[in-house]
Amino acid sequence: MTDARTAILGRLRAGGGDGPLPPLDTAIMARRQWSPAERVARLRRGMEVVHTEFLDATPADWPAVVRAFCDRETLPNLLFGPASEVGAALAAAWPAGGAQLLPYDRPVEAFKEELFTTVAAGFTGTVGGLAETGGLLLMPGPAEPRLLSLVPPIHLALLRASTLQDSLWHAVKALGWGRNLPPNALLISGPSKTADIEQTLAYGVHGPKRLIVVLVHDLA
Amino acid sequence: MHAEREILFRESAAAALLDPQLRANFRRAMDGLISKRQAQFPDPRDLQELRDLSTAIRSRSLLRLPELLEQLEASCTKNGIQVHWAETCEQANELILGLLRARGAKTLVKGKSMVSEEMHLNAFLEANGVEAIESDLGEYIIQLDGETPSHIIMPAIHKNKDQIARQFSQKIKDAQYTEDVDELTAMARKVLRQKFLEADAGLSGVNFAVAETGTLCLVENEGNGRMSTHVPPLHIAVMGLEKVVADLESVAPLYAILTRSATGQAVSTYFNLITGPRGTDEKDGPQEVHLVILDNGRSRIYADPELRATLRCIRCGACMNHCPVYTRVGGHAYEAVYPGPIGKILTPQMEGVGVRHDLVHGSSLCGACGEVCPVEIPIPEILVRLRREATHSDPNSQVAGKGTGRLASEDWTWRLWAAVLKRPTLYRLATWFATRLGGALPVGAPLLREWTRTRTQPVPARRSLSERMRAEGGSHD
Repeated sequence: MTDARTAILGRLRAGGGDGPLPPLDTAIMARRQWSPAERVARLRRGMEVVHTEFLDATPADWPAVVRAFCDRETLPNLLFGPASEVGAALAAAWPAGGAQLLPYDRPVEAFKEELFTTVAAGFTGTVGGLAETGGLLLMPGPAEPRLLSLVPPIHLALLRASTLQDSLWHAVKALGWGRNLPPNALLISGPSKTADIEQTLAYGVHGPKRLIVVLVHDLA
Repeated sequence: MHAEREILFRESAAAALLDPQLRANFRRAMDGLISKRQAQFPDPRDLQELRDLSTAIRSRSLLRLPELLEQLEASCTKNGIQVHWAETCEQANELILGLLRARGAKTLVKGKSMVSEEMHLNAFLEANGVEAIESDLGEYIIQLDGETPSHIIMPAIHKNKDQIARQFSQKIKDAQYTEDVDELTAMARKVLRQKFLEADAGLSGVNFAVAETGTLCLVENEGNGRMSTHVPPLHIAVMGLEKVVADLESVAPLYAILTRSATGQAVSTYFNLITGPRGTDEKDGPQEVHLVILDNGRSRIYADPELRATLRCIRCGACMNHCPVYTRVGGHAYEAVYPGPIGKILTPQMEGVGVRHDLVHGSSLCGACGEVCPVEIPIPEILVRLRREATHSDPNSQVAGKGTGRLASEDWTWRLWAAVLKRPTLYRLATWFATRLGGALPVGAPLLREWTRTRTQPVPARRSLSERMRAEGGSHD
């Protein structure tokens, strides 16, 4: 519809006044800052309020922590991205027996039905977290497909304390998201929820019913 | 979509007021939303600072609107998102149908989109053999009953749990009657996950479109937005042309004030940034992403420097949550896609201020909407402006239907008033009659009847002020 485009832009140009652009005072965003330890505490508080669960881990034992969770919950399987750094580390440390590690290594069309019906949990890494409000930052891609954190009823996410940002505003700058974004990036603050029936909170409406953050304490 | 006939808010509002269940449902919901928002803004100075920043960001976006839209188009195209433009809802509907047909799509799952409501897309697609399924829980609930949203954020807010329980047990296959909210939610989850799995295409709205990066931002809690945009092979996004912002850095403050103003949440469950279709080597995500940019009267609103503020709106719904009129009559009484204060200024500008003149008068002008608006839209001032536009035909005005809301009775009343005031003898005679006989009018007298239905009858003073001034020797100094 080239005609529509020309007509719309023409009307906007004819109707637009070129006043001076009002200044942007971003002090309110910039001053939301915390120490590294406070960031962890704030993120945890903010996410626990919306039913996110936390598992504490060290840089060395996190694969065992993930495994222990799967055993405790008697999960039949765990879907993961084998090409990602954390995925490879998880697979290398996964003992035989118990929950089966399922690699998400083929186009979704090849196993869509299975993904929706038989996968019990999905495991992903994160690229950071937000102290101000709580929340994880994810950058899905070839190594960690988009639906890994959405379709399985349980989402396990690995978060390193050292990667926490103060707020989304700080994160956009720090991660360089303002210039160069992958096809999909997202913020997740808890399990899927709704309040559409009488303002009553209910968890697990479309996406994961549980969000488990595996928090790696790697601050010096 | 121009309304053909005059729609009278006063009639539907009067009917809504008589429904105690509806009033109770809204009162409870609005009280909850007001206190949750309040809790998110403990410091009024911080709130004002964030409002000022958000207002500046939206104002800057509008000042550069044509340039930013072109930049958005270029960035999206570079990322592999195909951009389409539509002047009218009809054009947008045809465009979407064309995209669906090109892929042979028969089913469409929808994330929440008010613009698609504006287009009446579902009805259009049904008529053309495409099944459109609303997947936001609130939208799903009202679609089951063939209703329209009564709130822009919480579309099924007019219904209570019992009503939804009855509805689910009747309309969902094999459903047992339950009033347990978790069980009701689980029922919808089961039905809709199957729909996500099978759907040929997905549709979503857009909360912010970033010109610099070509990114579509989606705010949600349920995950149905992510499902609709990432599971089916085709994703179509629709947006009003005002939704563009310059860069991602500008999105952070708007997102912060949006969730807090809307539902009193510091952050939503998901904030999804879509910058392209499935990339090389990616295992999932849609193979095609399309963006439809809709005008539908917005460029006309844009042309007026005062009314342009209407386009700053980020659709948080705080104005309706705080509106004493909306809380009492609910969303459906407005008979408009956008109800509440923002709807009262947006609908008449889109559909014509003449056919919708009743909407701009249906306000007490208490100012609550303007006070809570995160982007400081002067809604009360715009209402007053539109009241004038409804009855005056200013040659410089571009308002749709200007001057067509003038009533003959109103016209004659003002002419009579002017004639009396211009003639001192006539004026004195009129005030003499009004003061001596005004109190004797029966309660059911024409015109007076409207007033006395819910108020006591006013009794004029026995003598007018000017009579007393003359009698008691006062002067004009």
